[in-house]
Amino acid sequence: MTYAADVAALARKDLKVELRARDTLPAMLLFVLSTLVVFRFALPDQTNDDAAYGLLWVAIVFTALLGLARAWVPEQEHGVLDGLVLAPCDRSAIWLGKSIATLAFLLGAQIVALPAFALFFAPLDLAAIAGVLLADVGICAVGSLLAAMAAASRSRELLLPLLVLPLSIPLVVGGVGAAISPHADRFLLFLVLYDAVFAVLSWASFEYVVTE
Amino acid sequence: MGAAIAMAFFVAPEDANQGVSQRIFYIHVPIAVTAYFCFGLGAWKALMLLWRGGERYDLESYVAIHQGVIFGALTLVTGSLWAKASWGVWWTWDSNQLVLFLVLFLFYCAYFMLRFSLEEGPRRARSSAVYALFGVVLIPISFLAIRLAEDFIHPTVFTREGPQMSGSMFATFCVSWGAVTLLAYVLYRVELLGKRLDADLRELREAFS
Repeated sequence: MTYAADVAALARKDLKVELRARDTLPAMLLFVLSTLVVFRFALPDQTNDDAAYGLLWVAIVFTALLGLARAWVPEQEHGVLDGLVLAPCDRSAIWLGKSIATLAFLLGAQIVALPAFALFFAPLDLAAIAGVLLADVGICAVGSLLAAMAAASRSRELLLPLLVLPLSIPLVVGGVGAAISPHADRFLLFLVLYDAVFAVLSWASFEYVVTE
Repeated sequence: MGAAIAMAFFVAPEDANQGVSQRIFYIHVPIAVTAYFCFGLGAWKALMLLWRGGERYDLESYVAIHQGVIFGALTLVTGSLWAKASWGVWWTWDSNQLVLFLVLFLFYCAYFMLRFSLEEGPRRARSSAVYALFGVVLIPISFLAIRLAEDFIHPTVFTREGPQMSGSMFATFCVSWGAVTLLAYVLYRVELLGKRLDADLRELREAFS
């Protein structure tokens, strides 16, 4: 029970910081909307909808990267991470709290981005939205861990996309497949598998990344 | 290695469909398998580092992955040559194995970026180890992902019924495989020795200055 309480407290802390400072979510929102507008002009007029779904995924992945790059900045600036590592709680709770907070930001950006996509380009059915949600979970779980790694390095913002993009390729396959394939269930199942495997792996290995 | 090349050219019969270009198979596939093996070895050493601790695992894991990336790059090159010879294009997205290798190649290049931008020390060792473990999990996951988009072009030689090759082809394949594995092992030992020598030298220099 205390584990869940720790996680909730950590996630709440991140959301509260964001509510007061407002420096991540507005940036993500603006970014994803301007990306969609850029895609409108990048696509030729007679493109079919499938190409648009692919671009939606490019927008989602890069928006998530934007959020992840900011994820550990407050901790870095004030040396909070050292305090959290020393706190008498399981270290994996830090990862889980951060993942939940990042997921909340990403969902916040998508509440605007998905209707905008449907309005500008092509309709989204239930399977496509389920694909987006499942891929969000995966990218936040893996990304929070990799962002913590990148935050400790010399080239923070530069390194994160390099680490995250190869790992997000399967998520893009699953997400695009869920949107355009007639066998959407197969791709959704694959996304569930990805989420489960990488969430467990990140959960188990976070402690090694943050301890000195 | 020489024997393997000789066998690939003179002993193995020519493939009925693909002719002489098929002979690159005896180099391409063993290199690919060896690259997987190196990545696996690197991840295993990484696991040992996280589990047991000990600095030597860090170096061993790094060297194994370094070898894996070299062999991975060779796989991409030979695969591309083979694709040109038998399908007439330098690159095809229909070939699962090649796409998988490209993904892995990008992933492990990021591994080096990560390693070189972290301060040396136990934290770097552990972060690299965690990333190496992610890599070995990524292999089957991305394979599944790429398989989900069905393919037609790439010949599937190893099916569930076992290898579909004639006796002399299989013998040649085994010899090349053995030779490439031996080459990888020797390179691995040489690089490890060099890196250890470097570390010792640095320690000595610091001790004297």
